[in-house]
Amino acid sequence: MSNQLLEIKNLKTSFRIKDNYYAAVDDLTLTVNKNEVLAIVGESGCGKSALAFSIMGLHNRAKIEGNILYKGQDIANMPASKLNKLRGKDMGMIFQDPLTALNPLMEVGEQIGEVLMLHNKSMSKTERVEKVIELLNKVGIPRAAHTFGQFPHELSGGMRQRVVIAMAIANEPELLIADEPTTALDVTIQSQILDLIKELKEDMHAGIIMITHDLGVVAEMADRVAVMYAGQIVEIADVQTLFSNPKHPYTRSLLNSVPNASETQSKLHVIQGIVPALQNLPRKGCRFSPRVPWVDKDAHEENPVLHEVTPGHFVRCTCYKEFQFPDESQGGATS
Amino acid sequence: MTFLQVEDLKVHFPIKGGIFGRTVGHIKAVDGVSFSLEKGKTYGLVGESGSGKTTTGRAIIGLNNITSGKVAYNGHDITNIKKAKLDIRKDIQMIFQDPYSSLNPKKRVLDIIAEPLRNFEKLSKQEEKKRVQELLELVGLSPESILKYPHEFSGGQRQRIGIARAIALKPKLIIADEPVSALDVSVQAQVLNFMQEIQKELDLTYLFISHDLGVIKHMCDHIGIMYKGRYVEEGTTANIFDNPQHIYTKRLVAAIPDIDPNKREAQAQFRQAVKEEYEQSYNDYFDEEGLAYKLQPISETHSVALPEKG
Amino acid sequence: MWKFTVRRILIMIPQIILLSVLVFLMAKMMPGDALSGLIDPNIDAETIEAKREQLGLNDPWYVQYGDWVEGLFHGDLGQSFRFKMPVSELIGQRLANTFWLSLATLILIYAISIPLGIISGRYNDSWADQFITGYTYIGFATPLFIFALVMLWIFGFHFSWFPTGGSVAPGMEPGTFEYVMSKIQHLLLPAISMALIATVGTVQYLRNEIIDTKQKDFILTARAKGASESRVYNRHILRNSLLPIAAFFGYEITGLIGGTVFVETIFSYPGMGQLFLESITMRDYSVVTALVLLFGIATILGALLSDIILSLVDPRIRIK
Repeated sequence: MSNQLLEIKNLKTSFRIKDNYYAAVDDLTLTVNKNEVLAIVGESGCGKSALAFSIMGLHNRAKIEGNILYKGQDIANMPASKLNKLRGKDMGMIFQDPLTALNPLMEVGEQIGEVLMLHNKSMSKTERVEKVIELLNKVGIPRAAHTFGQFPHELSGGMRQRVVIAMAIANEPELLIADEPTTALDVTIQSQILDLIKELKEDMHAGIIMITHDLGVVAEMADRVAVMYAGQIVEIADVQTLFSNPKHPYTRSLLNSVPNASETQSKLHVIQGIVPALQNLPRKGCRFSPRVPWVDKDAHEENPVLHEVTPGHFVRCTCYKEFQFPDESQGGATS
Repeated sequence: MTFLQVEDLKVHFPIKGGIFGRTVGHIKAVDGVSFSLEKGKTYGLVGESGSGKTTTGRAIIGLNNITSGKVAYNGHDITNIKKAKLDIRKDIQMIFQDPYSSLNPKKRVLDIIAEPLRNFEKLSKQEEKKRVQELLELVGLSPESILKYPHEFSGGQRQRIGIARAIALKPKLIIADEPVSALDVSVQAQVLNFMQEIQKELDLTYLFISHDLGVIKHMCDHIGIMYKGRYVEEGTTANIFDNPQHIYTKRLVAAIPDIDPNKREAQAQFRQAVKEEYEQSYNDYFDEEGLAYKLQPISETHSVALPEKG
Repeated sequence: MWKFTVRRILIMIPQIILLSVLVFLMAKMMPGDALSGLIDPNIDAETIEAKREQLGLNDPWYVQYGDWVEGLFHGDLGQSFRFKMPVSELIGQRLANTFWLSLATLILIYAISIPLGIISGRYNDSWADQFITGYTYIGFATPLFIFALVMLWIFGFHFSWFPTGGSVAPGMEPGTFEYVMSKIQHLLLPAISMALIATVGTVQYLRNEIIDTKQKDFILTARAKGASESRVYNRHILRNSLLPIAAFFGYEITGLIGGTVFVETIFSYPGMGQLFLESITMRDYSVVTALVLLFGIATILGALLSDIILSLVDPRIRIK
């Protein structure tokens, strides 16, 4: 088990709405290994970002229960003063929108330098500047020395995201969390940024949690994939298995709803209904059942748990066994 | 017969500079774009941010001023659409990208959808209400929701309200500017399917603007690829995806992540090959300013921006 | 940068010209003219007419305007009818008083608003924040002239902690330490009164800026870097929130002009504001005109200052 980097046990992250707490991440158990990319997929409102923020301790007023073990040390509810020794050093984070993730009034070099300075007080200023320029070169920014003194608004979206990445990897973290790192970018820039993250992974052997709603990005990047719905993992498997043999109705529906540039579908699959708001989530039974009303009620478990269908491939609830698209010819068979 | 004809469209924005704020240059957002739409078809306009695709759409409907060029709708010149006849203006409507900000949060659904009706048609309160309810039913929303406000709807539902507003006047041409970019995949599927359904029902023509090649391939019959305000390639969907000729198109197509993880290696190699070709042959495809050349037809349906021979 | 400043200053010129035309025309529309205050009403009409012709008062308005502007450049603002002395001399004495009062008020405004705004914004919805917000609401609702009267009555008359009028105790030797102390003592109460009311806008502004900045994504980035809470506040939140406050500085000066009119009158402080109100009641038009012109120019300069500060501190609009 020495390969394990992060172990999340029964994590429950709840937000207060009016007078009650509602769990956005509900009893989630997950491990991330060194040198692996774990993708977390789901629609907005499924708790992906809430999970990432829980790991980084970025929630302001959330109630966090359960354990988040980073190399055996529980960082859930760790006081900020202690957590600050890990954040930015052992754990780095890449945010979705590179425009808002950077301080508009600080030179980008200074912003990258800050993370070096915070975790290495003995580093001299000239060493720091050298290191920042080295980092800017590493993330593929031409004219690094010039970029050092520029402000975020002077850079293009792709360049800004490179700066954010430089910041996240400055101290060579062992765990990198990327929250929708390419959603705000154009496709050609996206493929460059994904290539960069791949290269960095080869370099640093870090464990990467990649949060995304883009199944194409998952197929491209991930070693393992966890599909989240309504705060829970509904399916988890290695990437080949998940794409070739998806089991859970939610996973299958998602895969069928993507317009795909490499195939021609006549009609996209539509998942009925919407992701319910936090306070309206059904807390009992199969949470996805309201969106597949044609599936026999008895097919769902009373308290759905993850079942291991093949080694390493887990699916929540028994309903997957009986699930069919209402019109198989329309939805397209998944096998 | 062509339904919408755009000829050598140019939209230039002035750059102000100097002490007196004089115009010192122009940003050529759209720089000589020509294409034509056939009735009942969907034409896709693709490009990255800053390519001028949105400006093109907005210029056709009169939201950006046209510097030069000609736009003709059904044989009528509508280059200056503000002066065009009312029924022509009614025929062309727009769907916007962001369903969260394109609907006025302080207005009820009834008022949002009725707004174009009030501008162009004189209806009694009763008739108006009935029309709006019919429209809501058509876009799959409950007719009772006319008194609700936009925030009470989900993203997909809001985009349907936006569509209901666009089709209120029974238009013939809809310019859809990134209509699903702000939506989750499952909601996106809903909206795309719905757009296809009403296209058949109402015999609509779409100008579909998007940066998402997957969506474009799914929706469009013809595609134009834009780069820095100019066309680099135009053709049928099959022309563009199966036989891309311009290096920029190749690069764009190669950049799409493949949904099959088993093809990862092959895809990476292909992308690398395209990247090398792009670097080597950049000068063959772009002029000294890094702009695309004029389109040259290479088959009946397929044109590519290449330097003139000889 | 210099380009922007030069352009901004060039824009100011037509503003000032327009202002002077308006002020001049306003003065012309008032009953009486430069002559009516100077001469004996018993002189016969023909002599007056001759005098008018000689002084150019019968010329078309644009010629008169030209003469007036020419006078302005020579420091000639006309004659005060009440004090029988040149307006420029009259204003000169008062200008210094008002300057010191405004400066003291400005310092107090920021000394109050910055700490209160920071506490209120950082710990929003705490009891301290509610207390401070409560104060700002009261401040907004209280008219300055009533508040100043109350302050004068409590601290001036009731406790006698502060003098109740003038700008310096009589018989002081200018330049001595006592003279300076007396000056400060005289302007403290009016300055505090004005600052306590004028600061509430800035407190609320800063509070909202901080609350706004707190929720920005780059604050998450800073936390994810492992920056301590105090560093997040000092380096990222505060710096970004103070920027609009700094930019507002010039407009703050403008706001003070309105305040000095009331406060100086209530505290019988011999500054320009008091002179302004007195001159209006005494119908000393040449003084009023000169003061309106000066106040107007100060306002335009304040706006200029704000724009220049903003362009200096905000890299997003910094022009290279």
